[in-house]
Amino acid sequence: MRVGRVGLSALALPLAVLLLSACTPVQPWVKPYEREHLADPIMSFNANPIQSSYLVHVFEVREGGRGATGSVGGGCGCN
Amino acid sequence: MGWTRGIPARTLTATLFALAAVSRAAVLPDDRADLDWHEWQGGGVTVDGPGVLVRKKVDDSLSLSASYSVDMISSASVDVLSTASPYKEKHTEGTVSADYLHGNTIYTAGFIEGHESDYIAKTGFLSISESMFGDLTTINFGYSRGWDRVGENLHNPGLPTTTDWLGDADHRNWSAGLSQVLTRNLLLGVNFETGESDGYLANPYRSARYVGPDGLVHTEAQAYPGTRTGNAGSAQLKYYLPWHAALDGSYRLYHDTWGILAHTLGLGYTQPVLSDWTLNANVRYYRQNAATFYADLFPYEDSQNFIARDRELAQFNDLTFGFGASWLFHPSWPHWIEKGTLNLTYDRMHIAYGDFHNYAVGGMPMGVPLYAYGADITQIFISFWY
Repeated sequence: MRVGRVGLSALALPLAVLLLSACTPVQPWVKPYEREHLADPIMSFNANPIQSSYLVHVFEVREGGRGATGSVGGGCGCN
Repeated sequence: MGWTRGIPARTLTATLFALAAVSRAAVLPDDRADLDWHEWQGGGVTVDGPGVLVRKKVDDSLSLSASYSVDMISSASVDVLSTASPYKEKHTEGTVSADYLHGNTIYTAGFIEGHESDYIAKTGFLSISESMFGDLTTINFGYSRGWDRVGENLHNPGLPTTTDWLGDADHRNWSAGLSQVLTRNLLLGVNFETGESDGYLANPYRSARYVGPDGLVHTEAQAYPGTRTGNAGSAQLKYYLPWHAALDGSYRLYHDTWGILAHTLGLGYTQPVLSDWTLNANVRYYRQNAATFYADLFPYEDSQNFIARDRELAQFNDLTFGFGASWLFHPSWPHWIEKGTLNLTYDRMHIAYGDFHNYAVGGMPMGVPLYAYGADITQIFISFWY
């Protein structure tokens, strides 16, 4: 029983810290002035939509797997 | 006839990329126009044509987009040559969409319509993306609904071609995405998508093969399940390198109720050179196992309930190497154009099948090599920002 109480006490402190911290706003760990590299056009996941959409189309009409490309689209209108 | 004669299940022609939106959190996409010429050459099939994509803000909170593309298809693929004659076909696709910005949230709605003489696809889509935690995190949810009409062109000698409309295929897709700034040099993108289709999901132009009592190869009609549910999850990392370059890697896992399990790996490198050039190189590897009801050669006629021999359902892998070059310029006229880029991309794709042979109908099923082919994918496009 004593061991159990010690175990609960040991858990209580970090749990309380975790719960209380949930009430405080998350502070950005990368400040706006530190995002110069991220704002560079070479860091875009999709710099040219007309190019990437064509390649997605090329692959998905030939492969069984599809989706989760971060895209929205429709039926290809082809069979 | 379709430009690939692939499975007529839902295929995604991307028009809006959630990651593109979320990486520019709570900011509408740039006003820009793109004009392209694209070409596929491989497997006896040539597909080429133009495309255009235009995006313009109406005011600070609303951006409209429209696109249109044409594919001219000339096909003499292995499937066509074994059972029919080479053909030509035209595929067109148009999209309209609107993005509305309110606070840290972007609401998107749009509609896509694709046409071939024997296939009509209509899709509506909605999505919402929200930026949070000081713009370090953006989440995105999307839904799309598709209605396809599937037909088969009948070629009667001496008579005009007619289309036999065989049935409808309905599609519903749900997606969720997350974009996360991890460090001042590292971005993470995670996407999940689940989709279900029902209706006429087979390809009317293809047939299955079986060994007849005479020991020769014969054909029979394919029989597909009427439903298909698939799940896909992907993760993508992009890292800014100290010498002003970017490295990205991605992985996608896909699984569906037809028994297909697929893995996709991607690696890319982007390097600006001089002051106005950007070079890009990438490699992509894909592999999948076969659908449970797929067989290259069935042992006898009507050997099981569902029968398929579409190459897209076979076991195969493909490897693609790509290169791109982009030149940035600032035209002096007209004055409302801020900048432009002229771009060239080339991809070389090689597909090798693990259980698909090019059997000749009426021939013997021995000594035929596994099918494989290479393809060249080229795209030239010019873009303007205004």
